[in-house]
Amino acid sequence: MARQATIDALRKRGITKKSAELLADAGFTLETLEKVKVDRLKKFVSAKEADRLVKRISPGKPEPAKKSARAAKRPRAGAPEAPAKEEAEEETPTIPEKIAKPTALEQAILEAMHEVGRIIPMKVVRELAKKLGDLKVSKKNLKDIISRIADRYETHMIDPNESAGILSAQSIGEPGTQMTMRTFHYAGVAEMNVTLGLPRLIEIVDARRVPSTPIMELYLRRVAGEKEAAHAQGRTRAITIAREIETTHLEDVADIEVDMVNMQVVVKPDDHRMKVRGMEPKDLEEKLKKVQQMAAPKKTEGGPEKETSPLVIETGEPSFKKLHKLVEQVRQLKIKGIDGISRAVVQERGDQWVIFTEGSNLAEILEHPEIDPTQTMTNSIQEIYEVLGVEAARNSIIKEASETLREQGLTVDIRHIMLVADMMTNDGDVKAIGRHGISGRKSSVLARAAFEITAHHLLMAAITGEVDALDGVAENVIVGQPVTLGTGAVNLVYRPQGEKGS
Amino acid sequence: MMSMRGVTKRIRAIKFALLSPDEIRKMSQTKVITADTYDEDGFPYDLGLMDSHLGVIEPGLRCKTCGGKVDECPGHFGHIDLAMPVIHVGYVKELKKLLQATCRKCGRLLLTREQAADYMKEMENVEELGGDATEVQFVTRESAKEATKRQRCPWCGEEQKKITLDKPTTFREEGHKLTPKEVRERLEKVPNDDLRVLGIEPDVARPEWMILTALLVPPVTVRPSITLESGDRSEDDLTHKLVDVLRINQRLRENRDAGAPQLIVEDLWELLQYHVTTYFDNQTSGIPPARHRSGRPLKTLVQRLKGKEGRFRSNLSGKRVNFSARTVISPDPLLSINEVGVPVEAARELTVPIHVQNYNIDMVKEWIKRGPIAASKTGDYIAGVNYVIRADGRRIRVTDKNADAVAETVEIGFIVERQLVDGDVVLFNRQPSLHRMSMMAHEVRVMPNKTFRFNLAVCPPYNADFDGDEMNLHVLQSEEARAEAKILMRVQEHILSPRFGGPVIGGIHDHITAAFLLTHKDARFNKVETTFILSRLGMSGLPKPKIKEGDLEFWTGKQIFSLVLPKDLNLSFKSSIASKGVTNPKELREEDSLVIIRNGQLITGTIDENAVGAFKGKIVDKLARDYGSEMAKKFIDKVTRLLIGAIMVKGFTTGIDDEDIPEEAKKQIVDQLKVAAEKVKQLVEAYKAGELEQMPGRSLEETLEVEAMKVLSRAREQSGEIAGKHLGMTNSAVIMARSGARGSMLNLSQMAGCIGQQAVRGERLSRGYWNRTLPHFRKGDLGAEAKGFVKSSYKSGLYPTEYFFHSMGGREGLVDTAVRTSRSGYMQRRLINALEDLKVKEDHTVRNTADTVIQFKFGEDGVDPSRSIQGDAVDIDDVLQDVLGEEPSWKERMTFKEMTSYGLTEKDMVVEMEEEEAEEEEEPAGEE
Repeated sequence: MARQATIDALRKRGITKKSAELLADAGFTLETLEKVKVDRLKKFVSAKEADRLVKRISPGKPEPAKKSARAAKRPRAGAPEAPAKEEAEEETPTIPEKIAKPTALEQAILEAMHEVGRIIPMKVVRELAKKLGDLKVSKKNLKDIISRIADRYETHMIDPNESAGILSAQSIGEPGTQMTMRTFHYAGVAEMNVTLGLPRLIEIVDARRVPSTPIMELYLRRVAGEKEAAHAQGRTRAITIAREIETTHLEDVADIEVDMVNMQVVVKPDDHRMKVRGMEPKDLEEKLKKVQQMAAPKKTEGGPEKETSPLVIETGEPSFKKLHKLVEQVRQLKIKGIDGISRAVVQERGDQWVIFTEGSNLAEILEHPEIDPTQTMTNSIQEIYEVLGVEAARNSIIKEASETLREQGLTVDIRHIMLVADMMTNDGDVKAIGRHGISGRKSSVLARAAFEITAHHLLMAAITGEVDALDGVAENVIVGQPVTLGTGAVNLVYRPQGEKGS
Repeated sequence: MMSMRGVTKRIRAIKFALLSPDEIRKMSQTKVITADTYDEDGFPYDLGLMDSHLGVIEPGLRCKTCGGKVDECPGHFGHIDLAMPVIHVGYVKELKKLLQATCRKCGRLLLTREQAADYMKEMENVEELGGDATEVQFVTRESAKEATKRQRCPWCGEEQKKITLDKPTTFREEGHKLTPKEVRERLEKVPNDDLRVLGIEPDVARPEWMILTALLVPPVTVRPSITLESGDRSEDDLTHKLVDVLRINQRLRENRDAGAPQLIVEDLWELLQYHVTTYFDNQTSGIPPARHRSGRPLKTLVQRLKGKEGRFRSNLSGKRVNFSARTVISPDPLLSINEVGVPVEAARELTVPIHVQNYNIDMVKEWIKRGPIAASKTGDYIAGVNYVIRADGRRIRVTDKNADAVAETVEIGFIVERQLVDGDVVLFNRQPSLHRMSMMAHEVRVMPNKTFRFNLAVCPPYNADFDGDEMNLHVLQSEEARAEAKILMRVQEHILSPRFGGPVIGGIHDHITAAFLLTHKDARFNKVETTFILSRLGMSGLPKPKIKEGDLEFWTGKQIFSLVLPKDLNLSFKSSIASKGVTNPKELREEDSLVIIRNGQLITGTIDENAVGAFKGKIVDKLARDYGSEMAKKFIDKVTRLLIGAIMVKGFTTGIDDEDIPEEAKKQIVDQLKVAAEKVKQLVEAYKAGELEQMPGRSLEETLEVEAMKVLSRAREQSGEIAGKHLGMTNSAVIMARSGARGSMLNLSQMAGCIGQQAVRGERLSRGYWNRTLPHFRKGDLGAEAKGFVKSSYKSGLYPTEYFFHSMGGREGLVDTAVRTSRSGYMQRRLINALEDLKVKEDHTVRNTADTVIQFKFGEDGVDPSRSIQGDAVDIDDVLQDVLGEEPSWKERMTFKEMTSYGLTEKDMVVEMEEEEAEEEEEPAGEE
């Protein structure tokens, strides 16, 4: 984390990413760099770069205010007073308005709320406005409603010292026994398989890098001005895009044969398959030409199939090893599509055409000009984290987990899932529930030892002289004292009547 | 112990450290030299492994160190002086890191002063930013890596050699073996400041201490020997291992002192290393585990701590307890939901400590005088006393003989262990304890017979049935615990689940069936029946009969049910018997599935699972929420009694003839299935001819499978529909399925119609023989029968091939369940472990133990899910009804909303309201 802060700070000062990383890896921080001599820096970077570095970092130049590394990680929020020049270098992204403006009725409710002096959550305000609709309600009644709602809201609040974590963990874990293990067809798309039930839930809490069945849902960008006609065209448009993004390897559209005698690879394009994938023989040649260290493919005349003439690639030198390598290379040659997306199917949903893909690549899909980025969805939480950040990842965890549970017909309050998601994303990246994630990083030695890999934690605690402050549940249970949750969190002192206070 | 009462002492923190040889010798009570344990007379040898300075395990003997007897003496450590130093296995990785990162000559860290300072600074930074131990470790790992890379010492200029580790414990420096002694000498030179850069705290852990020169011998209480029946002693695994260490240690010392050849000494040294290694961890990779004579691997230190059966999880995180009981459970519909029936035998053993005070001393004396097996004059159970604990902590067992004498000695300040009485609060639990409702507080009812008994409505939260399930019971031992249990853990406090904010306690099985029989359409009961049903409620007097036919008086079932409803209850919802998709009120009325309760009177609708069932009961939900847990408890108690009464009057049975369907229906089904099989055949032919239209993104084979599955599942549905047509609402099995009591329409159609396609992994069966499932079919047959379609019904019986296929599907189900329980169990353990420390603070933030904010408001609005209205923070409609109840525009909207929530339209509503009026007019007329 500190390393990242240093890199960010250095890059702000116009130092190349490479050297910034180098320096940060060497353990420098901004402060140490300010004092450091050119000679020392030269050990790490080129002499020229070192000189430049010293110039740029030399103290005196205002350092953007940052309290923690975390703040620096988000330059947008962290450095409002940074010089305008630096701002100009980077295109300032506009933060989209996330909260819809309150309607007139909602505004009225909010005002009344302030007059009453009570607080009710915005969600309830919205709901209330919807329920009131066009009903005529006097100001007095409105205030009455608000204070009654506030009364109820307050009684519905969770009690202080409630062990919210255990509550949530049980609420999500308990229905686990009722879930299925099988993968089922995706709702509405017979062609696609997707992991559901318990395995999917485990996958989510494990924060796996790649889900076992990555899937994307893509919508077309709406074309302005078109309506009825657009729908009919939508399908063809969607199919074209689907074909375009689908990864196609050479072996998908052509038969590849090895000619041992002449030490060459013969590629025989299959017309039918080419057509299904929307390709022309021409494209193939183009692509093949680009294959590195490969002799330009030759066209041989009059192959057995007359439709498309086979292409021949020669190894150049007579080596079986090389030939073998070449065959593999040719087979796996990607001729089009987006990496990771192995299949794309078009489906109709409502009045829109949706492309479902097997495999996921959020970063590249978002840049596709014809796909609506605001409706694009992937079930890969890690990808969402990498492309859109933690907050998005957190929302994605909530969405995926609650959908998995709902699909199984189990009702679990969304607040429980939120807590799990917030715990997983609490310190800026997605952490797994388990020994490699949250449990392995608990502050208590005893709690970690009680969970998994007992001996290791105890041994390491001894040499680092760790102190267990006995704050948590597991460690207090171990030493045999009341835990700090619920009724154990409070102390009651009773002074018998008649006894004088000291 | 007595003086401790009321004083709350807390351990504030525990610090971990490495023991230095000096400390080991200091805390050791005796040196251990002799490898033998006991002499012929059975007394421990001095300076032996069972030396009586190390504690006592035999009753009667006294500890030579502290003078305590068994249970008084906690045991004391001893030590073994090792002839030659050996490596501690747990630290080999650390040692390697240290050797690589420090100079072989001067012992300094192979980093420049600046580099070291930088790393130190970074570590501080990480700590300041709230980084945990793992994050600090990342930095130290980084610094060690950097130091290892350096070829030449920046301090003395010495060329560094490459250190390798031969697992598990041999270090080599460019092939040359480093003895532990040499390693130790090197590490002694490393200065304290350099260690800190590597993440080692030198004040508590000098690296040379990782090479052992003295071995701590644990107290005998830690490794007690057991005397077998034959009189032979059987030593603990640790003792065995220590014997090995001592023997080799002795031989090594002798050989070394005698100046034996280097080779022999080294061999012995290695052997000593092996024994010490396995003493710590007998599962070290790379060496064979030390075994017992019988061939069983020894359980040494690490094995004692590790894993599910290890000290941490088995003895520290959970413990065996006294004052608990376990037995089989059985139902008792007459108990309240918050009661538990406890057998007399258990009640005699389980006790509650009672502090003798001024106000109760006479009563207590009376109890004691009764003796431990007390009975009333009528021979019924009454509570006696098992033990009297005097003010000095001595326990006196009360027997029939000494009862009177003991009673006289009782004084204020004594504690008396009284047997259970009705009304004592106990905890009741069934494993697996997946949620907090798995352990609830009940009130005791001491009863004859030997099982625990409770109300059937409490089965769902415990997930209990009575096919041999056992449950545990714990008697609370302190006033605080009882208060807590009474306020927080009682059954009625758990009617609403925190998982989804709905009821988890409610009617099951026969309750639901009974509710249906009682309230469906115009079920009516004569005087005798009504009296019987109402007697179950303990009611005296009958309400006014609704129907009079000549001399005969009849009460409607709806009228009887209304008796248990609060008088001001208003509720309307759709019954679970409502056919799918039916929204028209007229149709709903026809099947009597629109429940309307006005002012505590059930006007229309059938009471079933949606009204009183566990998980779904709308009435239970409403009562628990708006009338309080006590009211809900009473309602469930009453309603279950009432319903059991009702079903006893009505009678209810189901049998195989419930699945009888007429011949022509059977024929229809057979025809239907034939058509389906034909269709599949056509599909297969089309596939073989290559005429099947391929689905995008699917192979031809897959397309065929998908299509065939579609056809066959449709066929099963149709056969179910045909069968269903002939099974009306008078059919017991249908009543159970539709009302939600037990079973489903799918179960029924499988019994009466056709079982359908069997699947493994969601696909038609395909494995077994080469290209076919069974030798009864042709190779490559892709038809319906050959791939696991079962066209018979359970009632008609299965063909042998079908039976085989059905077991294939069944086996998958079994495997699935087995795998699922272990997988979901582990997931829950991880979830609990990750979230256990989170709590809601007074400012509504959710924080962990490090005081890091996880959520600013629990669930973004701070609402307790068990208090939420199906997830919503506030029931706005209810508030609006309260405030705007009289406004005409709202009134209109309300009725409309009520209807629309069942999918009714405005037009239907007019009909509905007219009907309601008409009915009301009619009813009084019929009464007369």
